[in-house]
Amino acid sequence: MVYDACVEVKLREGIADPQGSTIEKATANLGFAGITNVRVGKSIRFQIEADNDEEASKIVNELCDRFLTNPVIEEAVIEIQVVG
Amino acid sequence: MSQKIGVVVFPGSNCEMDAMEAFSDLGASPRLLWHADRDIGGVDAVVIPGGFAHGDYLRPGAIARFSPAMEAIIDFAHNGGPVLGICNGFQVLTEAGLLPGALQKNAGLKFLCKEVELRVETTNSVLTNMAYEGQTLRIPINHFEGNFTCTDETLTKLQSNGQIILTYTENPNGSIANIAAICNAQRNVVGLMPHPERACHALLGSTDGRTLLESFIQGAHANV
Repeated sequence: MVYDACVEVKLREGIADPQGSTIEKATANLGFAGITNVRVGKSIRFQIEADNDEEASKIVNELCDRFLTNPVIEEAVIEIQVVG
Repeated sequence: MSQKIGVVVFPGSNCEMDAMEAFSDLGASPRLLWHADRDIGGVDAVVIPGGFAHGDYLRPGAIARFSPAMEAIIDFAHNGGPVLGICNGFQVLTEAGLLPGALQKNAGLKFLCKEVELRVETTNSVLTNMAYEGQTLRIPINHFEGNFTCTDETLTKLQSNGQIILTYTENPNGSIANIAAICNAQRNVVGLMPHPERACHALLGSTDGRTLLESFIQGAHANV
């Protein structure tokens, strides 16, 4: 089966986010009041072939641990759906 | 006999010739190593130079760490071989797990290109064995992601083992504990964001980098 995968890579809690804090300052400067806790991540989308949901999830998790995230500072939120 | 220093070239490296020049000037025998070769040619020490290996795509060093040469370099490091990562090379070494922590975007999001003052925190490393503790060195930085970060637990370990080898006297990038350079627990693998190879000639404004590179050559000699 073919699955659509979406991996959101985000900084771990407690890790400073210079992009997030710069954006947060800009929102106030632009007159948007009350915007706090801005955090910037990235999303990586791809398709993957696997026999079943469990196998797809296992492969994507391993890919995130080894390559798509740096576990020292980042974590991944994974969404997987069968195509179709 | 002069020390054979392998300088690794990845697609996107751009400081390899500066490193070659500096090490030749200091009497070593540097040679270029291609990242796709598994064989590192019996060198006495390895340098991973600055630049943007693989375009820094995904994260700096994230793709470079899987290059075939890195397998050999990881073995070499585990066997006590001296390994130096400069700037992007430091990022590659943290991604490869040879050094702890990670390098994040600079606080303030500025690309920094200027000379900074460093303080030698310990002489017990392959990069600082010819310096003296408390010595200050003026060396340029040239980076966007040089903000060293790690968990509290790792920081405590770095501090108690004396693995923080150089600090900034004025923190330019937000690095935790003003860290500019660290070494591994065995003290043979070092990573630093500043560029000592660009501070080896009076014409370049500073010769303070020579102390660090001479220390590294000395480390390579001790490894033979």
